[in-house]
Amino acid sequence: MDFTTQAAPPDEDYRPSARERERERFRRSRRRRNTWIAALCTLFCLLALGAAAVASPGWERVHSLFLNGAEFRSTLPEILRGFWLNVQMFLIAEVLILGLGLLIALVRVTRAPGLQPLRLAATVYVDVFRGVPTLLLVFLIGFGLPALRLQGTPTQPWVLGVIALVLSYAAYVGEVLRAGLNSVHPAQRNAARALGLNERQTLRHVVLPQAVRNVLPPLLNDFIALQKDTALVAVLGPLEALRAAQIKADYDFNYTPYLGAALLFIAVTIPLTRFADRLQRRAAQRTWAEAGR
Amino acid sequence: MSEPLLRIRGVRKQYGSRLVLRSIDLDVAEHQVVCLIGGSGSGKSTLLRCVDLLEVVDDGTVHLGESELTDPRLDANLARRRIGIVFQAYNLFPHLSVLDNITLAPRRVHGVPRRQAEASALELLDRLGLADKAQDHPDRLSGGQQQRAAIARALATEPDLLLFDEITSALDPELVGEVLDVVADLKQRGLTILMATHEMGFARQVADQVCFLEDGVILEQGTAEQVLTAPRQQATQRFLSRVLDHS
Repeated sequence: MDFTTQAAPPDEDYRPSARERERERFRRSRRRRNTWIAALCTLFCLLALGAAAVASPGWERVHSLFLNGAEFRSTLPEILRGFWLNVQMFLIAEVLILGLGLLIALVRVTRAPGLQPLRLAATVYVDVFRGVPTLLLVFLIGFGLPALRLQGTPTQPWVLGVIALVLSYAAYVGEVLRAGLNSVHPAQRNAARALGLNERQTLRHVVLPQAVRNVLPPLLNDFIALQKDTALVAVLGPLEALRAAQIKADYDFNYTPYLGAALLFIAVTIPLTRFADRLQRRAAQRTWAEAGR
Repeated sequence: MSEPLLRIRGVRKQYGSRLVLRSIDLDVAEHQVVCLIGGSGSGKSTLLRCVDLLEVVDDGTVHLGESELTDPRLDANLARRRIGIVFQAYNLFPHLSVLDNITLAPRRVHGVPRRQAEASALELLDRLGLADKAQDHPDRLSGGQQQRAAIARALATEPDLLLFDEITSALDPELVGEVLDVVADLKQRGLTILMATHEMGFARQVADQVCFLEDGVILEQGTAEQVLTAPRQQATQRFLSRVLDHS
């Protein structure tokens, strides 16, 4: 059989016309001008904000209490050691949340009759744990679980904190994933079933990959929120970044350590966001012809 | 003569109060191409979906070879392995490359090793003129190319029966030909095909049997020559004059 191909043959001797070269020159100068305008406007705004802050009557006080360079340098190592615990809590909680959230989402979308009790349990779980403020949950688990004096319950505050975070966030992530599973067009499921794939294979190879792609932005949103919320565990007393900053601040009567802790959190969340954006853009470009470069 | 491969008897299907198929009787013998024609909403697609168990019939039976597809005790997954279907809207999996689309069922359902599945898929793509598109994702292909990839996906499991649901209806006129050429080639190779189509010229060329559907029944049935050139029923004549006036 012979099929026509749509692509035009390459032509090596093509040279842009004078008109096209002139257009390209114009576009280049326009781009240069736009870059200058953007840079100048940004600089002006930053200067204006800075001037307004310095000119304010309380500036001296703020400067010494919040922006104390010496205090910053002397307390940062301690806070950084604490922040390492935040990172560990985040990474451990993250993995557990993905697993539990996926389990909840899958249980809620399947229709197997044997799973009815699990389905009910998952619904109740999501309703309860999404309704309780995360900080309250940290208190309840952190102080309530050890009080039960059950054999084998952990007593380290940071472990209890991670349990509370997992319980809270898995409810959110489960709902995000469930929305993703429902967002895949039913024709995709039918096409997979028509090929003879069973329900599990259809979910695993056709529905789930598309679902996860569809909900990647809200999913990453939740993970960035989780990264910050590891600071809530401070109320249970482990020496993580916020707790370390708090101790320093109380000791020195200076708030600069809080600023140090804040900078550390930002230093992690911003690269995380950029990385997530890039991943998503690459997946979109591979899949959709009109996703642009 | 042995029994026909596909035997449809008294199939009825309604959505709520809307009766789509009243009572359909149809045989498709092995190596035959049977075309279903009829206006929009006449039930062509519904009939195909009933055969592929994507819809549950409200009455009647469908037999494929020895097994009754309409038996609720039947393992639908096993039955579907013997049937390939191609949809009007292609329904390729957008997150997989063309090659992965084609090898998914052979690998996961039929347990063919990846290397072997990919070799046969590439052979198939080559035959359908898509060898250079194997690694592309479906959205980068033209409509005609996507539909040929969908046909390759349906062929990859070597089904006993192929169902084509208006596979050229979403295509530009200039791309219709390339897809129909593939179907003609499949007939040459002796495949059994039941297809809903609006391409009367094509039906005339390749169909062993043409069925005209209206009001949920097969109103007229016979060779392409009989039904398309000398229809006995007035409804068929009306339908054909409506369709042919514009082509």
